[in-house]
Amino acid sequence: MKLNANAKWMRILGGAGLAVLLLATLAWASNEAGIAGEAAKQMAEATGTFSSLPWWAWPAILLVFCFVLGIIAVLAGVGGGVLFVPLVSGFFPFHLDFVRGAGLLVALAGALAAGPGLLKRNLASLRLALPVALIASSCAIVGAFLGLALPGNVVQICLGGTIMGIAILLLTSKNTARPVVTKQDALGLALGIQGAYMEANGEIVEWKTHRTLPGLLLFIVIGIMAGMFGLGAGWANVPVLNLLMGAPLKVAVGTSKFLLSITDTSAAWVYLNQGCVIPLMAIPSIIGLMMGSFVGVRLLAKAKPAFIRYMVIGVLLFAGGKALAKGLGF
Amino acid sequence: MHRPETNAPAEQITYANILFYGCWGGLALMILTYMLYVTGIMEPYVSMELVTRFWSLPVHNYLAENNVPTGWGWARLLGKGDFLNFTGIALLGGLTIVCYIPVIFAYFKKKDIPYAIIAFLEVLVLCFAASGIVGGGAH
Repeated sequence: MKLNANAKWMRILGGAGLAVLLLATLAWASNEAGIAGEAAKQMAEATGTFSSLPWWAWPAILLVFCFVLGIIAVLAGVGGGVLFVPLVSGFFPFHLDFVRGAGLLVALAGALAAGPGLLKRNLASLRLALPVALIASSCAIVGAFLGLALPGNVVQICLGGTIMGIAILLLTSKNTARPVVTKQDALGLALGIQGAYMEANGEIVEWKTHRTLPGLLLFIVIGIMAGMFGLGAGWANVPVLNLLMGAPLKVAVGTSKFLLSITDTSAAWVYLNQGCVIPLMAIPSIIGLMMGSFVGVRLLAKAKPAFIRYMVIGVLLFAGGKALAKGLGF
Repeated sequence: MHRPETNAPAEQITYANILFYGCWGGLALMILTYMLYVTGIMEPYVSMELVTRFWSLPVHNYLAENNVPTGWGWARLLGKGDFLNFTGIALLGGLTIVCYIPVIFAYFKKKDIPYAIIAFLEVLVLCFAASGIVGGGAH
């Protein structure tokens, strides 16, 4: 009976996902260059993207698309930004500059909303997050400037490679629920990076970090990539916090989500100040993804996360390949 | 017998409380201003037709074609429906800075100087990003 209910939910979700992808593809295919003013027309001919749809159609499609994306992201255990940027830049007419700006805001809004609950339950640790956030957010500013200064095709190629790398990371990475940390390193000890939380069954889990310095140094790279591609960086935060630094998986996931609210803030400001935020498409993206996330959390108990996870890995490989092809001019 | 503290520290709870009200306030403001914008109650600075015409172009083309200001220039155009939306976005963007302020004081009070300095430096980094002081040309 439970299996039937699961299958029903999977069919509904799969159908909704396919419908939205189909709708976006059709809308994308309806692009034509012939309705614009002369200057815009010339530039549009160069980029090959113009839409004959009424102005309200794109925000409406985006809202529904992001709603489904939000559900899928929660079920797959990835952040919204990592799906949003490659898919929206691939299937919608918006330039990558605006997609990255909106992607950062999507990741930021999701992280801000999740933050209070995680902090209060001690699943996100301020002591762990603060030093990491300082490094990652400083580097995210550098990444944002790099991303906006590099030629578009170079960013597309790097984005494609990164997205495909993330898919492989999701496929191969085996996080550990409670890594064994026998001895805390000097830096972790000096900063007092340790804590405890209570499991649902009342069990108290104590934790501390090791390999703190290499972990912190890796956040230089993570921050730059988050800022450069507007992806959020949960996919990279969790393995570093969990596998390298030895934080329990729950603390790593919670702290990573909270961390995004700080890292993405710095990069989001850079994109905002550079004019890369168009409210007409950014706000429905944020609202759609957040609504989807709420529904996704409710579905989490009923769906089969493993299946969704493999589906998302497939979608990421496809979207990464598409971005690569676009960057290489195929 | 040693029983570890599983409750979140006071400064973490303060941070969480500010984040909670600020985040949902920002999102509510975002929805409200977006409704004012798309329903046409407030006239936009860049018409819907022009936005959809140019949003497939790189940002510098979009800004030039529509004469859109960068940096904090949006703050001078809050009377326009599209730029009014930036209030909610800026609220979300500024929230982390606000959350950090009491944390700095809490760490100083606890004489946890390294963390007070880390939190202070984070505020500087975020203010620097928000200020728009460094503004390399977007491609």
